[in-house]
Amino acid sequence: MRIVVDRDLCQGHGVCESEAPDVFSVSKKGVLTVIDENPAEELRPKVEQAVAFCPTKALRIEED
Amino acid sequence: MTTNVELREPPQVSGGEHEHGHLEELRCDPIGLMQRTRAECGDVGQFRLADKEVVLLTGAEANEWFFRAPEELLDQAEAYPFMTPIFGEGVVFDAPPERRREMLHNQSLRDKFMRGHASTISDEVATMVTGWSATGTIDLLDWFAELTIYTSSACLIGPKFRRDLDQRFARLYHDLEQGTDALAYVDPYADIETFRRRDAARLGLVDLVQRIMDRRVDGPEATDEDRDLLDVLMSIRDEHGGPRFSTDMVTGMFISMMFAGHHTTSGTAAWTLIELLRHPDVLATVIDELDALYANGEEVSYQALRAMPRLESAIKEALRLHPPLILVLRVAKEELEIEGFRISPGKLVGASLAVSNRIPEDFPDADAFVPERYLEPRSEDRLNPWTWIPFGAGRHRCVGAPFAMMQLKAIFSVLLRGWEFELAQPSHTYVNDHSKMVVQLQQPCAVHYRRRSAGSEGSTA
Repeated sequence: MRIVVDRDLCQGHGVCESEAPDVFSVSKKGVLTVIDENPAEELRPKVEQAVAFCPTKALRIEED
Repeated sequence: MTTNVELREPPQVSGGEHEHGHLEELRCDPIGLMQRTRAECGDVGQFRLADKEVVLLTGAEANEWFFRAPEELLDQAEAYPFMTPIFGEGVVFDAPPERRREMLHNQSLRDKFMRGHASTISDEVATMVTGWSATGTIDLLDWFAELTIYTSSACLIGPKFRRDLDQRFARLYHDLEQGTDALAYVDPYADIETFRRRDAARLGLVDLVQRIMDRRVDGPEATDEDRDLLDVLMSIRDEHGGPRFSTDMVTGMFISMMFAGHHTTSGTAAWTLIELLRHPDVLATVIDELDALYANGEEVSYQALRAMPRLESAIKEALRLHPPLILVLRVAKEELEIEGFRISPGKLVGASLAVSNRIPEDFPDADAFVPERYLEPRSEDRLNPWTWIPFGAGRHRCVGAPFAMMQLKAIFSVLLRGWEFELAQPSHTYVNDHSKMVVQLQQPCAVHYRRRSAGSEGSTA
């Protein structure tokens, strides 16, 4: 799977970081870095939570 | 942006013969004006406020374009002339777009602080109801406006500052909100009663903050545990060793930090309660949901961050029908094109949350309170990200939205488990006052309360 961020929508709330800290990191200024753009399959449940609970719906998963 | 000669000017809505155009209509029936604009003109229409043309956008396509546009094309700064006398010079809208974007990232709204905020909020509600007898009556506007002064000051500035506030701060703050007359588009300092009260209220707030600051200067040094934003701002020095921020500036910062989350949350709490009392069947499912959730003895600080599908749906539906902001505005910085129409630089461009939220193609039975529309599989909010827009959308979506939802869940967790409510006046008399840009409930808007008897409670927390 591949993680896609809509930068027009992301506001840096940090919910994704709370859900999947190995995959997402949000700086103090609210800038999101995707640490792992192609996370391993065992991280899927956490990544799916991050996508579902993103308050601005800025994340989605693309299948390889 | 484009030199296409095919572009047409947006059609003008009927009315507006007065020298101020549609300003008077906006000041008494803004939703009627905006609905007529969509009905007569479609997704892109135009009305006039004094010497400003306003291009009004509704519908998914136009809204998506509006909400995705960067500040460099659609700017907020000049769009809200009625806010500068409230915030003060040098605060918020005087800053460049880049800086404003950073300011949005108020650290206290980050996800990791939400649990602490939920606990603070439930304590504030509990404190407010401590003074209640077994039965009584409250005015929804006064009560929720005071509560949300305490919750927003405690969460955004700090519990210590909150403890220095009382009803006086809430009353003055209300006068500020009432000072948002659209007449500001002609003259933000016109000699009218609401503007005079607005300016007196701001001076009154500066005075209250000054007294709090004086007490802190004379009192003991702040400890690490109770240091709040006011302590921090007071400790910052300029190059001459004097205070970097005047009391006026500090007050302006606090007013602006609290503004977006105050009347909005207060109004939504009131409208959620009104709609629940109008729909007892829905209210019953919400109370059942809360009783079941709290049966395990968990605290509000934990549960308010968890899913509450019934209560959340009721809040979302109150937001859709009664959005606290009915119109958001920008100024076009260059020539723009939308759906074949030209927007000339300098024009105001608006998106109408109140109209888009009720487009019948997206929301069947659009004028009815139907919380089920948010449950799976209908999910009408997620299905219509550009028309279900009580929080706006896109890059400018309300950054406080997750905080607001959590706050409302915490408030109703306390209120509905401890108390029963009843409308105190005919249902149709609960209406919004649209005479100001800040929409508030029209008074009177009273409800009766009664302590829940032990038998009617699912479980005590």
